Amino acid sequence: MSNENKTEGKTRRSFVEQGLKLGLFAAGGVLLNKALESEVEAQDAVEVMSTDGVLMQVPSSAVAHHHDETKSTYHPREGFPGRKFVMVVDLAKCRNARKCQSSCNKNHYITGENAWIKIYKMQDSGSSSPYWQPTLCQHCDEPPCVKVCPVDATFKRRDGIVLIDTDRCIGCRFCMAACPYSVRVFNWSDPAQTELIEQAAYSPDYAGVPGKKGTVDKCDFCPHMIDKGEMPHCVTACPNDVFSFGDMYEDTVTNGSGQSFKLSRLLKERAGYRLMENLGTEPSVCYLPPSDRAVDFEEGLGNYSEYESVTKTEQP
Amino acid sequence: MKTEYDQLVKDLAPRTFGWKGNTWLAFLAAIILVGLYSYVQQLRQGLVITGMRDYALWGIYISNFVFFVAISLVGSLITAILRLSGVRWSTPLTRISEIIAVAAIAMAGITIMIDMGRPDRIFNLVLHGRLQSPIIWDVIVISTYLVLSLLFLYYPLLPDFKILGDSSPYGNLRNWYSRLSFNWSGNRAQKKIYNTSIMLLSVLIIPVAFAIHTVTAWLFETTYRPGWDSTNFGPYFVAGAFVAGSGVVIAIMFVLRKAYGLENYITDSHFDKMAKVLVMLCLVYLYFNINEYLMPTYKSTQEEAAHLRSLFYGEYAWIFWVVMLGGLLVPVVILLFPKGRKPVPIFVVSLAIVLGAWWKRYLIVIPTLSHPFLPIQGVPESWHHYSPTWMEWSITFATLAAALLIITLCVRFLPIVPIHETAEERGLVEDRGISHSI
Repeated sequence: MSNENKTEGKTRRSFVEQGLKLGLFAAGGVLLNKALESEVEAQDAVEVMSTDGVLMQVPSSAVAHHHDETKSTYHPREGFPGRKFVMVVDLAKCRNARKCQSSCNKNHYITGENAWIKIYKMQDSGSSSPYWQPTLCQHCDEPPCVKVCPVDATFKRRDGIVLIDTDRCIGCRFCMAACPYSVRVFNWSDPAQTELIEQAAYSPDYAGVPGKKGTVDKCDFCPHMIDKGEMPHCVTACPNDVFSFGDMYEDTVTNGSGQSFKLSRLLKERAGYRLMENLGTEPSVCYLPPSDRAVDFEEGLGNYSEYESVTKTEQP
Repeated sequence: MKTEYDQLVKDLAPRTFGWKGNTWLAFLAAIILVGLYSYVQQLRQGLVITGMRDYALWGIYISNFVFFVAISLVGSLITAILRLSGVRWSTPLTRISEIIAVAAIAMAGITIMIDMGRPDRIFNLVLHGRLQSPIIWDVIVISTYLVLSLLFLYYPLLPDFKILGDSSPYGNLRNWYSRLSFNWSGNRAQKKIYNTSIMLLSVLIIPVAFAIHTVTAWLFETTYRPGWDSTNFGPYFVAGAFVAGSGVVIAIMFVLRKAYGLENYITDSHFDKMAKVLVMLCLVYLYFNINEYLMPTYKSTQEEAAHLRSLFYGEYAWIFWVVMLGGLLVPVVILLFPKGRKPVPIFVVSLAIVLGAWWKRYLIVIPTLSHPFLPIQGVPESWHHYSPTWMEWSITFATLAAALLIITLCVRFLPIVPIHETAEERGLVEDRGISHSI
């Protein structure tokens, strides 16, 4: 009996010893991990905007990170959850440089004769002052185009972006008839893009890649850029910071130079308005009136071409 | 009595085509072949072969489509509305009207497919159809109307097929006629079903007829564009449809009467009465035109005013005034006089009305598209004006020829004037309970 007790005692001790070693090791590991994490976090500061519009740096640990978790659930028809994209166009700064147009044409491989963003020479009435108005798809909240599509080829996502699925479009052009802003274009013939583009894997959130004969196209608010954490091409290309783009839920828009503004304050101070508000389309694009202009309207005339919005050099 | 009956059957039975008929068929076939060639080009190259571009995004394909839908309403007018009103004189015209209705609505369906950028995806309309879209409403009502019109053409043919199946001179076709008569014997039970069916069809087809052209009008009215954004559009289109369809019926009945020597059955009195119906319909249409074009001149927005200017004295003034005066007002004046209601004057007037009707639909579709809300900039100069290409015209003419071909083939094989109903009306056949008014 005492022999058995002795062997039992030995195994029990070695068990407890092993257990303690394991426990210490685990505890040490956890502490080390925590130490390392907090080190990383302490170095990581994030720039956020407070509710009264003040930009400041806060440690990353104080901020709840939502975007990473939801990346896997992104679907081109549903969009980025928890976001509502808006754009602000500052007409006081536009000089008709048309860099927005060339960048959009290039990056969407547009081969037709009608650009997706056009800088209109506007004059509201005979005696009023003329101004340049960059006009792109307004991504309306009550989109007349989506209403009339017979096959659900054009659709509005939860993040506010209106897209076209050119794999489904039957080319009836009813959406083009319904749009009051004339922002939709049609591929009357084969777009004849490069072979590389024509063989690209198509997704509605990168419009025009590839384009297809007999379907409708338009500005897509560049979800393929948003996905990378970047701005739409027109925003970054503009040398005059005309465009600001952002999230209505965050009440923040950022321009091409990286400056951020509190959206609601910007619209209030600069008397922002929307195009054809009376039609009830509820556009997601706001315009800041062309008052206190940076340069005279006439300076943009040199770059104006009434009959061309896509130049041959922009085509691939 | 039997010999008179035999004479009637001989008069109204379909006949083989002589050289005139065959020449006509060859003429239609030639037009269709040219159109087919153009359509093949369109399938290969895309809609770029037309004159349409991003601003003139709908063109003569669509105005032609609206024209076809308009013409097809005449089936419901002559065969249903007049029948339900107890009118008897229109009986000889019911077959022609129904044939025209079937041909027109079938070609409307084909014409709209021709306008599609991706006809290869037509089944998306079924697989992914959105009930909120006016196009889907149009697909539903037009299909319904086609089915109802085919039935409405077929049912009154049952007794006629029986007669043709029995008659002697019609050799190899006799078998087909007999088969298609589906054992019609005219007994009491069959007559009862026949009467009920015709009555049901007459009642059903009227709201569907109103629906097809109202929904087609809504394809335009559901947009914001000046010239289309009009609450008047539904009834305005329906009224215009009755005018256009009646014009087509009169024109075709004149031609057929001459070609087949049917003066005994389609008399001068028929022309006189149809002319009076046409005058009434034209006056109703004129009323809607006054509401559509004259009233807005009292007050309109900038965009509407620009649109009206282009119609009254701008780019489209010529077409507008020729259509309004030559296609509506002058015909009404002519038809108000008894001399104007003789067959030949009416025939000329009906041609003017039909031509005017086609160009009226052009005026409805194209001018509005040349006045978008935002200025037309950044596109080639040719995009500012819509000019259909020859291929576009050839395809359009081919659809019109195809409609005439369907009508011609029906006329070749079907009795143009209903044999059985005419015989009964003349008391040549014992009336065993078939009623004409219902």
